[in-house]
Amino acid sequence: MPTIAPDPTFYPSPRMAAKAPAESLAYVAAFDPERAMPDAIAVVDVDPASSTFSQIVGQTDMPNTGDELHHFGWNACSSCLCPNASHPHTERRYLIVPGLRSSRLHILDTKDTPKSPKLVKVIEPEEIAEKANYSRIHTIHCGPEGIYANALADAEGNAPGGIMLLDHETFEVRGQWEIDRGPQELAYDFWWHLGHDTMITSEWGLPSTFENGLVPEVLLGSKYGRRLHFWNLHTRKHQQTIELGEEYQLVFELRPAHDPTKAYGFVGCVISLRDLSASIWTWYRDGDRWQVKKTIEIPAEPADPNTLPPVLQGFKAVAPLVTDIDLSMDDRYLYVSCWGTGDMIQYDVTDPLAPKETGRVRIGGIVSRAGHPKAGGPLNGGPQMVEVSRDGRRVYFTNSLYGAVDPQFYPDGIDGWMVKLDVREGGGISFDERFFVNWPKPHRPHQIRLQGGDCSSDSYCYP
Amino acid sequence: MSSSLSPWLALAGLGAFHGLNPAMGWLFAVALGLHRRSRGIVWLALIPIALGHALSVAAVVLLMLGLGTLVETRHVEIVAALLLIGWAAYHWRFAHRHRVRVGMTAGLAGLGLWSFLMATAHGAGLMLLPVLIPICLAAAPAQGLVSAGSLPISLAAIGIHTLAMLAVTAAVSSAVYEIFGLAFLRRGWVNLDLAWIAALVVAGFFLIAA
Repeated sequence: MPTIAPDPTFYPSPRMAAKAPAESLAYVAAFDPERAMPDAIAVVDVDPASSTFSQIVGQTDMPNTGDELHHFGWNACSSCLCPNASHPHTERRYLIVPGLRSSRLHILDTKDTPKSPKLVKVIEPEEIAEKANYSRIHTIHCGPEGIYANALADAEGNAPGGIMLLDHETFEVRGQWEIDRGPQELAYDFWWHLGHDTMITSEWGLPSTFENGLVPEVLLGSKYGRRLHFWNLHTRKHQQTIELGEEYQLVFELRPAHDPTKAYGFVGCVISLRDLSASIWTWYRDGDRWQVKKTIEIPAEPADPNTLPPVLQGFKAVAPLVTDIDLSMDDRYLYVSCWGTGDMIQYDVTDPLAPKETGRVRIGGIVSRAGHPKAGGPLNGGPQMVEVSRDGRRVYFTNSLYGAVDPQFYPDGIDGWMVKLDVREGGGISFDERFFVNWPKPHRPHQIRLQGGDCSSDSYCYP
Repeated sequence: MSSSLSPWLALAGLGAFHGLNPAMGWLFAVALGLHRRSRGIVWLALIPIALGHALSVAAVVLLMLGLGTLVETRHVEIVAALLLIGWAAYHWRFAHRHRVRVGMTAGLAGLGLWSFLMATAHGAGLMLLPVLIPICLAAAPAQGLVSAGSLPISLAAIGIHTLAMLAVTAAVSSAVYEIFGLAFLRRGWVNLDLAWIAALVVAGFFLIAA
């Protein structure tokens, strides 16, 4: 039912969203790598004043096993206030939770029982295949035409992957988003510049090259994704491809500036075949074309081969493996997860073409196995899915990447954890010594969504 | 032709009601002004917004006049009533599900197209029919457009309606841009969709009862 006043969690501008009250709950996707127990959305208490702070206070199990919950998102968010397609009286209450492996979509209602969301609808992969011809559902974004969900493959598991639209009230699958996909075949992440009517998509690979783990021959042959695609958000036509270069593999998370007047953003590239370094690239508008520039390079660290997993032993180095990034609401700080080395790095990106490191913590890591003030060490896994509070003062992250890839880099297994950083005014990050979630087995945690919205959930039309 | 002022006041009143609805353009004018940091853009945007709205209303009026030359006025009223109630039902059920064709980089032509599409999809012209049918058709049932002088009356009606719509759009957009700011969108943006749907339904029943 529509409401009389706009949803109070919708903000016209990122400037106003940054003044939102602090979150008290975090929703976390948790999956069983053995695919024996159902995956779940866990609810973590993040209110420092609560007696259950840093504890899992609720959980909603999926109805099946083997979904591999991964990323998820809201049915509606601040883009509902956009002037060209406003739906301000829709409520942000449903989590759209895809299974990356099962291609099943779950709709969870958080309104009445926020600590134990109710499963209200399941969309089976057959329906998605029939209506949109897609599978392996990955990223979810609420946007101008409803709910956008992207898929890494077509219904048969082949190229092309792409984006589909869902009705944001009935959750009906409405079909493929693309009208002209041009040369785009691979998919990974997508987001947009609402102020510039531009969609951006990135590339991973096809299911046959990741569902049983990364394939070294594919990687060394540079056959995983290495391109960015730019689209007209409203004509839904492909406009431009930018190739990062043959040595760059796995182009992942896209973080456009929140300010809709700004035409730049950041994307992480997991690995360079030349020296195992990871990199961050800034895309920006140059006249009527988009350009990219490599603005951060994080080098591999030399290591004793005996401490390395087989996949890295020949290189005698641990790769940083930047697998997620997140941009603060004021577009000032970029957080970069180095899942290999165990670093979480904060960069000041006030000048998006010249980032400066302003903070760094280390936890876990393939070689370092660094501990945490509350948990001690050694810890395995490394900084992975990272989420930033709307006011930019708190950063949360978890340590698992993907069921089939985890053991390639952490062969002795990953014990799940979730931690929180406090951000100092003017830059600098440190662990909240009271916050460490020792994740209950057999689950491992992945993406985090903060109640009311966070820095990768909402997009804005007003500066 | 009625000599009463009331139909003209009703047309102006409906123009004000349309202008008040953020989906008819004031919000887009504010957004473009903020986006391009220009007060002038807010005012300039009003022109294509008003033109698009007027064209959409004119299309409905032309259809009504055309139908009026073919069938009895009572039949025009019944068709209009059914359209209004159908439009209301569609709006209630599917208004959230529209294709977005124009975004924040819109030029003046794009904005005009957007306004035309929004007015049409919302049934803005249809809502005027209970007022227009009596003054444009009742005096001259099943006759030519010109003989009854329907065309000039219709054009005057579109003009009055659009001027009122433009005046309210200008007033609201400048008040939000200059005084209230974006915070207004969080507090003051009451759901006019329900009032809009109610207006379509009331207009439909008014025609049936006429």
